Amino acid sequence: MKPVYTILKRELKSYFASPIAYVVLLVFLVLSGIFFFLYLQGFVESQFDPRFQFFKERINLNDFVIRPYFGTVSIILLIMMPLITMRLIAEERRNFTAELLFTSPVRVFHIILGKFLASFSFFGVMVLISAVYVIVLMAYGNPDLGPLLSGYLGLFLLGGSFLAVGLFSSSLTENQIVAAVISFGILLVFWIIGASSDAQDSILGYLSIINHLDNFTKGVIELKDIVYYLSFIFFGLFLTHIMLESEKWR
Amino acid sequence: MIEVQNLTKRYGNLVAINNVSFRVAQGEILGFLGPNGAGKTTTMRIISGYMPPTDGTVRVGDFDVIEDSLKAKRRIGYLPENPPLYNDMTVEGYLDFVADIKHVLGKNKKDKIRLAMERCGITDVNKRLIGNLSKGYRQRIGIAQAIVHDPAVLILDEPTIGLDPKQIIEIRYLIKSLSGDRTVIISTHLLPEVTMTCTRVVIINEGRIVLEESLDRLSERVDGAQILFLKINHANRYNEVNERIQSLPNVSDVRESASGEFIIQTKGGTDIREDLVRVIVQNGWRLLELRPLTHALEEVFLRVISTEGE
Ligand SMILES: Nc1ncnc2c1ncn2[C@@H]1O[C@H](COP(=O)(O)OP(=O)(O)OP(=O)(O)O)[C@@H](O)[C@H]1O
Ligand SMILES: [Mg+2]
Repeated sequence: MKPVYTILKRELKSYFASPIAYVVLLVFLVLSGIFFFLYLQGFVESQFDPRFQFFKERINLNDFVIRPYFGTVSIILLIMMPLITMRLIAEERRNFTAELLFTSPVRVFHIILGKFLASFSFFGVMVLISAVYVIVLMAYGNPDLGPLLSGYLGLFLLGGSFLAVGLFSSSLTENQIVAAVISFGILLVFWIIGASSDAQDSILGYLSIINHLDNFTKGVIELKDIVYYLSFIFFGLFLTHIMLESEKWR
Repeated sequence: MIEVQNLTKRYGNLVAINNVSFRVAQGEILGFLGPNGAGKTTTMRIISGYMPPTDGTVRVGDFDVIEDSLKAKRRIGYLPENPPLYNDMTVEGYLDFVADIKHVLGKNKKDKIRLAMERCGITDVNKRLIGNLSKGYRQRIGIAQAIVHDPAVLILDEPTIGLDPKQIIEIRYLIKSLSGDRTVIISTHLLPEVTMTCTRVVIINEGRIVLEESLDRLSERVDGAQILFLKINHANRYNEVNERIQSLPNVSDVRESASGEFIIQTKGGTDIREDLVRVIVQNGWRLLELRPLTHALEEVFLRVISTEGE
């Protein structure tokens, strides 16, 4: 496991040495902040709106702020995550450092895992910083903590799946832009599948990458959703492994 | 120490190397010599475990580089054709990373990094970003990277490319000093590199080995096989000079390349310099210059690859 840590450490350092990471972080915080406060504003206004007098009990922070917020964040992530993963392997080729990595006494699987965990850590930092907004919520009322926490669990699983797709795309090319476009394309396909069939229990509905987040934000943690995301991540890493191994044999 | 057997690598239809076999004993410095596209890089990539061959085997020490790849890789230091550098790291940070993935442990690590930097003359840039360094320094960092874990086998793909003449000489000394009981393979298309640093040479052309010999044997073989360049001053009576030289034993051809300049080819590779000088002195010609025209080894190299290429 030590090699995984070595790769992870280097990869994280290089995130924070590159302007892309800071730009992505900043844009993510600004965008998610804007949406968060828009939803919050809507909620606050509805509190004073006489038309909602009778429903007041049913208008709560969870349904009116947190759930739409998670939905929006998942879209923002879908757009931004390819930018975080695009360099992971493509750049090793471009720098010729692939030759260093693959002639070192390290398993390819360890390299992949190290890189995945590095991008996941960066993503984690992004999400944790943005959690500041949610803390602001506490000043406005008492949101249900359960759905909030399960929502974050779902968000991390979703993000991990995005990253696995991105890592795989990066293993296909030596051009970062191409890698980003490919992963964006794959993610869009998985997203559109869901939009075209809302029914959760149809096969397409099950395949959709974003549908599974819904339950989490409602506070429902279901095994099938967790299994979906974990197998998505596993599959992404597995394909990356196949890609890197087969490339050698060409 | 290194045993390469019947190595073949195809890229689609293109056969990059074809049935290449050779051995390198411990402590030897093998020069892997060949023109562009001969298959040097391909061979070295296979030995270092970067990619598998289409056919054949490579053993490093007691380990097969494919079956026991991790064990074999621990023993190898490899400088690829392009130094594998992370531009966003400092020299020290980079070597620390390399030491880590090569499993250099704990206390030793700092010392080994320092030693590698000293040997390659990069101690004074250790805090600088690799991306800002010149080509020569980048090449040295590449070499430092290959030796940082003190490997038993060193594989250097054109180690002196892009260096200035002074650095080239330094790096050649460095490679010699690195050898000791290490086994070294260096690839190059420069002959002087081989004559200065290597103990044995393998010449490869179009994917096949065309010559494999120790350097001593090689110089025996080429001794005397010379083309001579002669320049004299003799008041325009050069036809007479030409005839006299032609009549010497073992001269096969004399051509006048410019006024007073002759190119003399010898028969069967005998050394005629003594006879030639005697004639010059007896006739009172004023000698301006007499030297072998091409480096003898270069001749062999060119002859070997041109005849095999047909
Ligand atoms: N990845 C690849 N795909 C297809 N062909 C390749 C690949 N790598 C090398 N070749 C071909 O294999 C042959 C040998 O190439 P190689 O790089 O081993 O030569 P070399 O001896 O190192 O040459 P140089 O002195 O120019 O570095 C060349 O014809 C080259 O075009
Ligand atoms: Mg080469």
